[in-house]
Amino acid sequence: MNSFSAADFNAGLSLAAPEMFLGVAACAILMLDLVLGDAQRKLNGILAVVTLLVTAALVALHPVSTRIVALGGLFEIDRMAQVLKVVTLLTVAVVFVYSTDYLQRRAILKGEYYVLGLFATLGAMVLISAGSLITLYLGLELMSLCLYTMVAFDRDSGIAAESAIKYFVLGSMASGTLLYGMSIVYGVTGGLELAAIAGAVHGALGDNVGLIFGIAFILVGVGFKLGAVPFHMWIPDVYEGSPTCVTVFIGTASKLAAFALAMRLLPEALAGAQADWSQMLVVLAVLSMAIGNIVAIAQSNLKRMLAYSTISHVGYVLLGILAGTSQGYQAAMFYMISYVIVAAGAFGMILLLARQGFEADRIVDFKGLNARSPWFAGMMAILMFSLAGVPPFVGFWAKLGVIQAVLGVSYTWLAVVAVLFSVVGAFYYLRIVKVMYFDEPVDATVLGGSTLMRTVLSANALLVFALGVIPGALIALCQRALP
Amino acid sequence: MMLNDHLLSLLIWLPIVGGFAVLFLGERGAAARWLALVVSGLALALSVPLYASFKVGTAEMQFVERTAWIPAIHADFYIGVDGISLPLILLTTFTTVLIVIAGWTNVEKRIAQYLGAFLILEGLMIGVFSALDAALFYVFWEAMLIPMFIIIGVWGGPRRVYATIKFFLYTFIGSLLMLVALIYIYLKTGTYELAEFQRMPLSLTEQTFIFLAFFSAFAVKVPMWPVHTWLPDAHVEAPTGGSVVLAAIMLKMGGYGFLRFSLPIAPDAARELDWLIITLSLIAVVYIGFVALAQRDMKKLIAYSSIAHMGFVTLGAFIGYQIVAHTGKTTGIEMGLDGAVVQMISHGLVSGAMFLCVGVMYDRVHSREISAYGGVVNTMPKFAVFMMLFALANTGLPGTSGFVGEFLVILASFKANVWYAFLAGTTLVLGAAYTLWLVKRVIFGEVANDKVAALKDINGREFLVLGALAVAVLLVGLWPAPLLDVMRASTEHLAQQLLVSKISP
Repeated sequence: MNSFSAADFNAGLSLAAPEMFLGVAACAILMLDLVLGDAQRKLNGILAVVTLLVTAALVALHPVSTRIVALGGLFEIDRMAQVLKVVTLLTVAVVFVYSTDYLQRRAILKGEYYVLGLFATLGAMVLISAGSLITLYLGLELMSLCLYTMVAFDRDSGIAAESAIKYFVLGSMASGTLLYGMSIVYGVTGGLELAAIAGAVHGALGDNVGLIFGIAFILVGVGFKLGAVPFHMWIPDVYEGSPTCVTVFIGTASKLAAFALAMRLLPEALAGAQADWSQMLVVLAVLSMAIGNIVAIAQSNLKRMLAYSTISHVGYVLLGILAGTSQGYQAAMFYMISYVIVAAGAFGMILLLARQGFEADRIVDFKGLNARSPWFAGMMAILMFSLAGVPPFVGFWAKLGVIQAVLGVSYTWLAVVAVLFSVVGAFYYLRIVKVMYFDEPVDATVLGGSTLMRTVLSANALLVFALGVIPGALIALCQRALP
Repeated sequence: MMLNDHLLSLLIWLPIVGGFAVLFLGERGAAARWLALVVSGLALALSVPLYASFKVGTAEMQFVERTAWIPAIHADFYIGVDGISLPLILLTTFTTVLIVIAGWTNVEKRIAQYLGAFLILEGLMIGVFSALDAALFYVFWEAMLIPMFIIIGVWGGPRRVYATIKFFLYTFIGSLLMLVALIYIYLKTGTYELAEFQRMPLSLTEQTFIFLAFFSAFAVKVPMWPVHTWLPDAHVEAPTGGSVVLAAIMLKMGGYGFLRFSLPIAPDAARELDWLIITLSLIAVVYIGFVALAQRDMKKLIAYSSIAHMGFVTLGAFIGYQIVAHTGKTTGIEMGLDGAVVQMISHGLVSGAMFLCVGVMYDRVHSREISAYGGVVNTMPKFAVFMMLFALANTGLPGTSGFVGEFLVILASFKANVWYAFLAGTTLVLGAAYTLWLVKRVIFGEVANDKVAALKDINGREFLVLGALAVAVLLVGLWPAPLLDVMRASTEHLAQQLLVSKISP
């Protein structure tokens, strides 16, 4: 590792200020939780959201033009990191807003939820800004360990405990595999910093067997964290078993982190071996689109259906990455960000419908929603049509981008496969619209949710609509982030 | 003039914004009805200056508006009309007003959502017909599925869920293949501008794949045999208004797509594959004509008749290549194209009217079975007159709009091959057979049962709707010259376009 001077250290610290602020604030909230009574527990949530917004402002207000590597190569910040961090922080803030009511109604409103969430976010931020394999792994593990705990957070729930164990065991195995792959890459290239690895791979190492071996292991780890087939087994069980307020966290913020993991490792560090990993990703992408979309049809549990839907969407994200062009990376990033916005809304709808002793996570629980609340049925319809990739919603532009990316590198058959599976996918999203609009309600309970949550959820769904009508700004943002 | 500069975008956005406003009226049904009537009426009124200021005799796009939309992918909000799209836009605004009036009292469930969906649909359909940017076109084209999906699914018949999901997925799969083709061309041209797409030279292989991708989208929409099976289901289950929009306008988008996309973008592939389209069109005319004869459900019969009539549109569009191949001359190509466009307008009016007639009877008897009727003329004489008129127009009687389009297409087919004309001409027999037999069984004869005996004749509102359509049908039939004048320059331009080879050297 390079040695670095005190001046470098200070400059690096100022770049990492948002992370440090977040870490300190999380500790402060942890302490504060000790002195708060049960009645004031909500304060934790408010402080956590404020912390996230302040951190997001700190990240956003720091001008970034090119990639800056700091702290002796451990930490780097570029436009992609900036955008992904802001989106992650805002997503987590939205997730916290959605969760508060749910936690309260279940009497599990504990400060730990927010503290663990904040530390997981910190892990995601470290991962997004990682400049070396060490920080990459450090961020990933900080995030993953917090997530395992969050899944088991509802102590009285057997199914949650089961999911947590499953997630922990499989997640550890994946982390181990990733670490193994990283160690091989380190052994072959002799560098831990992404830039050093990139330099070595770009040289004569392109067809080194050891390197390819390492890449394969890294892909297993990345595939697991993203949830790509055949490393997807944990997703449906964890999504279904976790409390919904944790599922939404795993389904959104951690996806952004996993995307960053893939971007840092593959296009940045291993750009020289693009031909190798691209081939492997083709397999993962096609399998993910196929299995995700087909198996989702058979689900009667909405959380499980959204789990398989995630798997299929990861397949589309991989299409952008495997193209190996900057247009492809931009499209993948656009896809991931737009997916996260939509998924946050979809899980938010489940949280809105849930109440004491009732999870609202079965598809039939959405029956006749249009009769109960035309507004929120409309919001859910927007989200579902967006997931199906129907214009004028943001999901369409995401699909357009990745299809353009694979066509750009003459993978025409892959584009056709992608659109055919999105027709398969449309079926189960339409089924949600069907139960909401065409069926009569079986449950006439008035929808719960605080005004704040309803407002944020509506804004979330309307954002999906607005970005679908005018996607230019977000596309341009992704283009600037990954020139 | 300010109004004319933004007339077209006003025509798109007014119904969409108005549609959302109607949605928000929720339970206030009366207010929703009146607002919907005002919005659709305004849209119709706005389409009058569109027709009046339209300059005949040029194939240039008119009322062009262009603003940057998504600079990152070079897509613009770029709209305009020519002689092919203008009549279709007029048809859309005209039909929507009638649908709003026709649904005034007989739709009770969630009236605001019903009318809101139709208004949004209207705006999107006008968008499809006026988009000059492929990305914009695709957005309108697909977005249209959403309100239609809801309309069939919420207000439809007993098997509505099956029908509407089938409708959605069928059209979705075709459209997505078209999307791949559009992106492919975009990667070559670097812009989504349609005119650039039409200018872009492409090899024959590329053109063939692009043509087939477009074909998958448009053939499903038209629909052509054998991808027509969604249509009878969708029509039977859709509420009256839904059937009218489907038959009158949505099917036309397939025909419009062939004229606007397939022919100018892939003319060489179209020449190579014209046998495919012509064969399928003739199968639609002859075979589907026989299928229609066998139907017991009135809506299904009209649905099959629609498929047969749309066969004329595709036949007229592609017969030009055969004319050139057989005679070596280009005269007659635009006759086929003219026939295709007139047939689209005429079929829009006639099939819409037929579905409204079935709707009138269904509202009273709640059955679409032909056997549930008989002798309706005895209790509903005024209605019987309208039904008879539309039935005759459906058979292509001279003096009605149905005659003009079919006549032009058959005439063009004669120039290509007598046998094409002969097969196309069977529609005159088959169409007459299934339509008049339907009328005979439903309208004439003895009063069949108590329900028919208790029928009340059409009220003023229904008279207004059917009367307006009757006037339109007769107007196009007796005096088609204004319609033909509007489209002439554009079809002539298209006739030249489809002959110029685009194969890149």
